[in-house]
Amino acid sequence: MAGLEDLYKEIIMDHYRSPRNRGELPTPPAVCTEGFNPLCGDQITVYIDVTDGVLKDIKITGQGCSISQSSSSLMSAAVKGKSLEQVQETIGTFKQLMTGHETALEDGGEPEKVDIRALGELAALQGVVKFPVRIKCAVLAWNTLSQALSELPS
Amino acid sequence: MTSFNAALVRADTPQLTRVINGYPITYLDSGATSLPPRAVIEAMSRHYELHHANVHRSVFQTASEATEAYEGARLAIAKFINAPGGAEEIVFTKNCTESFNLLARSWGRVNLKQGDVVLLSEMEHHANIVPWFQLRDMLGFEVRFIPVTDDFRLDLSNIDELMKGVKLLSVTGMSNVLGTINPIKELSAIAHKHGALIAVDAAQSVAHSVTDVKDLDVDFMCFSAHKMLGPTGIGIFWTRKEILRDMPPFLGGGGMIADVSVDGYTPANGPTRFEAGTPPIAEAAGLGAAVTYLTGLGMANIAQHEHDLTGDALTRLELEFSGRIRVIGPRDMTNRGGVISIDVDGVHPHDVAQMLDQFGVCVRPGHHCAKPLMKRFGLNATARISYGPYSLVRDTDMLLEALHSAIGMFG
Ligand SMILES: Cc1ncc(COP(=O)(O)O)c(C=O)c1O
Repeated sequence: MAGLEDLYKEIIMDHYRSPRNRGELPTPPAVCTEGFNPLCGDQITVYIDVTDGVLKDIKITGQGCSISQSSSSLMSAAVKGKSLEQVQETIGTFKQLMTGHETALEDGGEPEKVDIRALGELAALQGVVKFPVRIKCAVLAWNTLSQALSELPS
Repeated sequence: MTSFNAALVRADTPQLTRVINGYPITYLDSGATSLPPRAVIEAMSRHYELHHANVHRSVFQTASEATEAYEGARLAIAKFINAPGGAEEIVFTKNCTESFNLLARSWGRVNLKQGDVVLLSEMEHHANIVPWFQLRDMLGFEVRFIPVTDDFRLDLSNIDELMKGVKLLSVTGMSNVLGTINPIKELSAIAHKHGALIAVDAAQSVAHSVTDVKDLDVDFMCFSAHKMLGPTGIGIFWTRKEILRDMPPFLGGGGMIADVSVDGYTPANGPTRFEAGTPPIAEAAGLGAAVTYLTGLGMANIAQHEHDLTGDALTRLELEFSGRIRVIGPRDMTNRGGVISIDVDGVHPHDVAQMLDQFGVCVRPGHHCAKPLMKRFGLNATARISYGPYSLVRDTDMLLEALHSAIGMFG
């Protein structure tokens, strides 16, 4: 049985209570995308400002549970100021953390250790995989960011 | 004769012996689905062990036994809701949602046109909203909503104005979010005065109070077996014989025809016209057993029991959590059922439910398929507690203890 402390780590609660990069950016030049979790009604809006291939600024608004809110805050801190290439890489690693080892879990195994160091504080969200219904909460911000990136004017 | 003792109902319900995370299960999600008593489970296994065969059009013994169980459930439901025309007025569907789709796609499709209005309420479940939007997009009529007041009741102050052009008023008997019980008898009088028909979403109300379609004087009723101690996979659509007779088929296939040739088909008469394909037979056997069980307990007794539990819970929530927990639903216990939606200040419903699960307490977080209502009260979600005939004060005790702990953790 997975313990609740896995889910509600100190870092998660900190980002939930004082979320980073809350707010909006003027559009344009920023791009803004909205994401929903139809299951629980969580809603999130991601604003990104990309200049010269760098994600110069990111702001997030929305409402949701501690997991979706802290995940979006952690994400904003992890991707801000990074090149788009690095951003895509972080998104990929995070999604792998959330879904990559579902099969291992189904087979009764422990979650396989992905490259945690590369994730920094984001690793705090690893405990979420032990609560499958909450994975959707954790990935909401990330899917919304992916969507926003795909909507950038080329 | 009825006899009601919630502790005995609990003893009849196998799932309530479960231990979750080291705690005996505290099941407070009967509004989403109810837990079947042993009688229902046994009726279904007995069906599969001894009586399983396809229904209708066969002469062998087990086939007629299966048909008897299936048609027996139809009759039991007709009696349960006091259908004036008897079993001939009961159509089996997959669930309450499919019943509403049947209402819209069959009755609605031939009776609604541009310029007409379907009047719903802001507290409807999506099952009684989306099928109307879908049909509206095809036919071009208007969908209108009765507003909900700040004290969580239907706002009927402007109802005569709202009723202008209305062909069908379709409202819930009891809100699955607020617990509000709506004045259906009054609404049916209003609808009929304006020459409209009235449909009732009885998904919540039917399991928790006496239902009498004749006395309510309504025209359509939709509900699901799984919310009234029965199995999933079977729902009920009721309308008066005169209306059903003129409704075109909705789904086509085997079982619903009188004749088929290479040139076309003639639909069957009666409820089977709407029951295409092999129906949920074991589920009907289970539903029949659920009706017998509920009737034995007495619907009025169940209503009183849940009324008492809800009143007690509301008082204690107010006493122990005032300022921290807001109840999204009437405080006044008149016309109020056993559903309590709460908003815990500073703790998202999803987190509330997750914390409570640690104590084996099952409550549901989310928008409860009532997004217009959520929006009306400026919420994205609530945590919902809902009682059943097997619920006891001790469930509320455990709930409150777990809530204290959840709030403690989030500070
Ligand atoms: C008021 C109300 N209407 C309709 C439904 C839909 O029932 P089902 O999902 O069984 O079709 C529900 C169940 O959630 C409900 O509470």
